[in-house]
Amino acid sequence: MPEHPSGDKRFKMLDATIKRHQYQQDALIEILHKAQELFGYLETDLLLYIAHSLKLPPSRVYGVATFYHLFSLAPKGLHRCVVCTGTACYVKGAAALLAAVEQSTHIHSGETTSDNQLSLSTARCLGACGIAPAVVFDGTVCGHQTPELVCDRVKEYLGKGE
Amino acid sequence: MDLSELLEIAEKERQSQKALQIRCCVAAGCLSSNALAVKEGLEKAVTEAGLADTVEVSGVGCLRLCCQGPLVEVAALAEPDHSGILYEKVTPDQVAAIAQALTDQFAATPTSTAAVNIPTPLQQGDLTQPFFARQQAIVLENSGKIDPERIEAYIAASGYQAIGHVLREVSPIDVINTITRSGLRGRGGAGYPTGLKWATVAKATAERKFVVCNADEGDPGAFMDRSVLESDPHRVLEGMAIAAYAIGSTQGYIYVRAEYPLAISRLQLAIRQAQRLGLLGSQIFDSPFDFRIDIRIGAGAYVCGEETALMASIEGKRGVPSPRPPYPAERGLWGLPTLINNVETFANLAPIIRHGADWFASIGTEKSKGTKVFALAGKIQNTGLIEVPMGTSLRQIVEEMGGGVPDGGSVKAVQTGGPSGGCIPASAFDTPVDYESLAQLGSIMGSGGMIVMDQTTSMVDVAHYFMEFCRDESCGKCIPCRVGTVQLHQLLTKIRDGQATSADLELLEELCDMVKHTSLCGLGQSAPNPVLSTLHYFRNEYEALIGGNAT
Repeated sequence: MPEHPSGDKRFKMLDATIKRHQYQQDALIEILHKAQELFGYLETDLLLYIAHSLKLPPSRVYGVATFYHLFSLAPKGLHRCVVCTGTACYVKGAAALLAAVEQSTHIHSGETTSDNQLSLSTARCLGACGIAPAVVFDGTVCGHQTPELVCDRVKEYLGKGE
Repeated sequence: MDLSELLEIAEKERQSQKALQIRCCVAAGCLSSNALAVKEGLEKAVTEAGLADTVEVSGVGCLRLCCQGPLVEVAALAEPDHSGILYEKVTPDQVAAIAQALTDQFAATPTSTAAVNIPTPLQQGDLTQPFFARQQAIVLENSGKIDPERIEAYIAASGYQAIGHVLREVSPIDVINTITRSGLRGRGGAGYPTGLKWATVAKATAERKFVVCNADEGDPGAFMDRSVLESDPHRVLEGMAIAAYAIGSTQGYIYVRAEYPLAISRLQLAIRQAQRLGLLGSQIFDSPFDFRIDIRIGAGAYVCGEETALMASIEGKRGVPSPRPPYPAERGLWGLPTLINNVETFANLAPIIRHGADWFASIGTEKSKGTKVFALAGKIQNTGLIEVPMGTSLRQIVEEMGGGVPDGGSVKAVQTGGPSGGCIPASAFDTPVDYESLAQLGSIMGSGGMIVMDQTTSMVDVAHYFMEFCRDESCGKCIPCRVGTVQLHQLLTKIRDGQATSADLELLEELCDMVKHTSLCGLGQSAPNPVLSTLHYFRNEYEALIGGNAT
């Protein structure tokens, strides 16, 4: 397969993954996971590239990418804050955590701050119910959170951008 | 690899075990409370204290009482279960205190933990309290005991002996008969008899068949499958291999949620280890039986826990369910016969083969055999994982084992079965937990999440919460679910905000009935359950919010 015209090395790594899956069309979700890991999000050009590699219609790739919550078609902020809203966390006050972050960052769940420092989202149960309410900061699960703790952490992230 | 080589590995592993075990929980709950630093600290401290010959520090799976993590258990190899010491909320700077106490006390009696009296500030848990004492471990028997990242540890705990035995001595049909006689029912929630499902797939004639492990544990508040996969991944692999042999399959898939990265990495490691020893792959145990397992990772869609949607997702498509029949047993993955079972179902298989169907059938109630793992969470003292015989009453689980609501509050209800289940009021707590009893109460066994709610929880709010969940997770294929959940959510919002009239309540009930009976898959069919059960048991809360609003 010819190299991607942009010369971006990440396409080479993506190609290696596609090859490892033997260009199997049913590996689409695995390949989208890898693409998102490499590029951070799935832009249209990338989806077209994957469609072409797997000989799938672009509509199918786009359809799958938009169906699953974990795939993002828009860029994410530098830091990630994910508030778990599973039942156990909910019963223990996750709604208040989320409201506090939304208030202090002026963004809603699913959005990114205008300076691209922070993306806020919610998760449907991390399975960390023993330490509810839980919040994930940049991939690290933190338990027993309070609105104050979460806001302090978020302010730290936003402070770095100034 | 043959059976004698396997036993040799087991014997060698047992020989190398040290008299005193320090087991650090390295499941996800404790890991996020800094358990890894505790474990590394302990390893270092033990080596420095010169105890490395008698004391072994290992990372183990879930030690159950997740709310008190990181947990560390100190146990003597020679003594029975629950005789060790459990330290709670251990911090890395307390490690020195543990090492010091070990140096002082164990130098004299290295095979006993009885003499250990480690001074405060270490918080010590009571292993004789009902939370631990009432548990009966079958699925979780290795959890908290063995290192999930070492196949030798699993083999030393009789691992892979069941598959070795059936490959040599038992015909596939007899394996199915054993499972049927054991009375095992699907642990994913619906409780379909496992043996019957296997027999159907075994009967189907096709070039290829598949075994699928449903590890897409999407119910919020449920973390049993995560714990099993993180604590004892080989158990699930062995179960899948037994099933594959019984139905005549050579390819298996485990469909895991992407939200469980630790479970995924431990499974990947376990598969590699098993392949290296010839326990998975070609000619397992030098028999003609081949079996490969591949992992498929989900991407955050709750509906993929539904079996037909799950199969679509494995095929790399949108996770949209399709009508049944045909059932996956006849036409599943790529149109071929497919056996789908839950993680916990697979985890039950090796013990059934090892101890026999009669042993398993002697545990539990008449129609629900064996044990069930539950995840206790919410407004409860002891949050964590429990495994109890079927038929244990909710009161025993919530009040005795769970320790009730913290700060002296009282339990109002317990929610079982996630968004597909219902809320059971405290007045019905004497009900034994089995498939039929819970269904009679308007809930379901579900996968095993139990969320306890106290007096401060509004049941209308809970129903609203679950409906919002189902609305967001509806795949959009069939109209009753796609539109119905939106309408139900709007009605519940109106009721919650005190703007509804009694006509709205009637409409709510009517709509619930419609969505329940006309939706395509389990998600829509069960979406009204939380509303219906709260309406049934806590109607006064709905009526109070409607109050005197004019119709």
